[in-house]
Amino acid sequence: MRRFFYELNESLRIAFAQIRANKMRSALTALGVVIGIVAVTLMGTAINGIDAGVEKSFSGFGDDVLYVTKWPWRETQDWWNYRNRPPIRHTYAKQVNDWIAENPGSALKLAVPTANRMTNIVRGEYRVNNIWTMGTSADYARITRSEMAEGRFFSEFEAQAGANVVIVGFDVADALFPGESAVGKIIRIRDQNFRVLGVAARQGSFLGLFSWDSMVGMPITTYRRYYRVSDDGEIRVQVDTTRMETARDELRGLMRRIRQLGPEQRDDFEINEQGTIRAQLDPIKNGIALAGLFITGLALFVGAIGIMNITYVSVKERTKEIGTRKALGARASTIRLQFLIEAVAICFVGGIVGLGVAGGLSMVVGAVAPSFPLVFSVGLVLVGLIISVLTGIFSGLAPAWAASKLDPVVALRYE
Amino acid sequence: MTPSPAPAHENRLLRSPGALVIEIEGVTKLYRMGSETIHALRGVSLHIRRNEYLAIMGPSGSGKSTLMNMLGCLDTPTAGRYDFNGKNVAHMDDDELADIRNREIGFVFQTFNLLPRSNALHNVELPLIYAGLRKHERIERAQRALENVGLAERMHHRPNELSGGQRQRVAIARALVTRPSIILADEPTGNLDSKTGVEIMALFEQLYEQGNTIIVVTHEEDIARHARRIVRLRDGLIESDGPAH
Repeated sequence: MRRFFYELNESLRIAFAQIRANKMRSALTALGVVIGIVAVTLMGTAINGIDAGVEKSFSGFGDDVLYVTKWPWRETQDWWNYRNRPPIRHTYAKQVNDWIAENPGSALKLAVPTANRMTNIVRGEYRVNNIWTMGTSADYARITRSEMAEGRFFSEFEAQAGANVVIVGFDVADALFPGESAVGKIIRIRDQNFRVLGVAARQGSFLGLFSWDSMVGMPITTYRRYYRVSDDGEIRVQVDTTRMETARDELRGLMRRIRQLGPEQRDDFEINEQGTIRAQLDPIKNGIALAGLFITGLALFVGAIGIMNITYVSVKERTKEIGTRKALGARASTIRLQFLIEAVAICFVGGIVGLGVAGGLSMVVGAVAPSFPLVFSVGLVLVGLIISVLTGIFSGLAPAWAASKLDPVVALRYE
Repeated sequence: MTPSPAPAHENRLLRSPGALVIEIEGVTKLYRMGSETIHALRGVSLHIRRNEYLAIMGPSGSGKSTLMNMLGCLDTPTAGRYDFNGKNVAHMDDDELADIRNREIGFVFQTFNLLPRSNALHNVELPLIYAGLRKHERIERAQRALENVGLAERMHHRPNELSGGQRQRVAIARALVTRPSIILADEPTGNLDSKTGVEIMALFEQLYEQGNTIIVVTHEEDIARHARRIVRLRDGLIESDGPAH
């Protein structure tokens, strides 16, 4: 064991002496690994970024919310079973809230009705098309995670009265009121004047998943004056996340009572949670990750071939040295270790440089285009270093094996 | 299986008979080159005792190099027996042979074979790394070996900063540092001018006086004459084995 450490130490010494002696050659060879590692880690940061982007897009909605809808969020083949379900009425929210008031120990906390419709918004010469417009109750402010950048959410009173007031997303405000505050100003929706009460804080969007940034919200009473609430209605219920299953059961029972379903009848509504959407996004994300890593892995593979080649050259050049070392008592394993360490050392140095470049690049990209999904992490650095060491072992194994199998007599005679 | 034609006359030749270090009996070595089979050694028997100073001579193709590789445990015989310090090494595996070379044999090469990027001290230290000695012990022994060959002042010089004679001295110190049973020198003066060659042979003489066992492989009569015993090979057989005059 002690001998192994001395030999390891000696191998490291030789490896770095060798790199120093062949600076240009080592640098060029390491470049292949640098490019490979940069490609792989940038792909890694992009995958991390996708993850973070999805999380960010969902964070505004909160994962402590159950959604009561007509259609299930999961993919279904039997659409005809859902088509004839009655719409989810906004009045259910009040019924749920009443029930919560009567049952203080319930896992349900608060229900709000919502309805959504695409609409166009105009302010003077400025116009934005196809904006998600949501009608909801004043309680919505209590279950959403998004903060207000300026202004305020509409009040209970405004909601009851059906006032023409709106909350606008950050991007909407930016498009309609470039360089000025939107609060207190008037915008036009469906030829009606609405007063902007507040602007939601910027959330950032990702892959076109909608976020508050490109939405507007108004009291559902107001919404119902201009739009028919039917299929687009849903109820969001905030629940105690520690009792998710209980909450689901309670909500299901309650909805069945509201719908007056007999014991033999099936549910004619759906209770969804965000996990369903995430579960649907996962295979897409994994597909991107797999394809991306495969393609960038090819770059690393090319780098590994370069290392393998140069290690073979090194073995050839130092055949006589290998013979001498064997004559002096180096075992085959010692020689093998020496050349493996040499290949690993080049890869490791290349890996460190590559990570540095990738880190720098993602910082630059982060500064120039903040919405571009790149997340550089310590875990990624560790993985990158492990990958570069594995690349070194992979590319050094065959030449090291060839070196260790050299016949000392032949090696000593080699000129 | 093989004849052993060498006469058992070593006892007469020894200056002071020591323990038997090398015992070769009826060793043959075949090489296959394509369809041809080359008989490099055709049945060689040789006994070498502790503190002998022996020269192996012969023209090229005589089997001299093959015998040297065999003695140095770099190669194993096709047939026959080879005992090193009473241990049969003819059928040892590569790792066992590596350990024997490390502990029992000190090599001195014609071309010195020093590591170009390491200084003299590290070159001499190298076999001790393979032996698994602790750092301070390695340094101490390497320093003593270099002092012994008269290079105390040049320990931290690299081979390219040393003269040919000095390089060969480093190589000899490297051969001595593990306190091997034999020192095996292959044309040790072949790459040196005659004056330096004489100095190196004087060093071998000195090491021999200190009790080392030395085997020199050479084709030069002048060099062989320094030894106490000369073994001459021809066509894979021992032609003569007797005291040097």
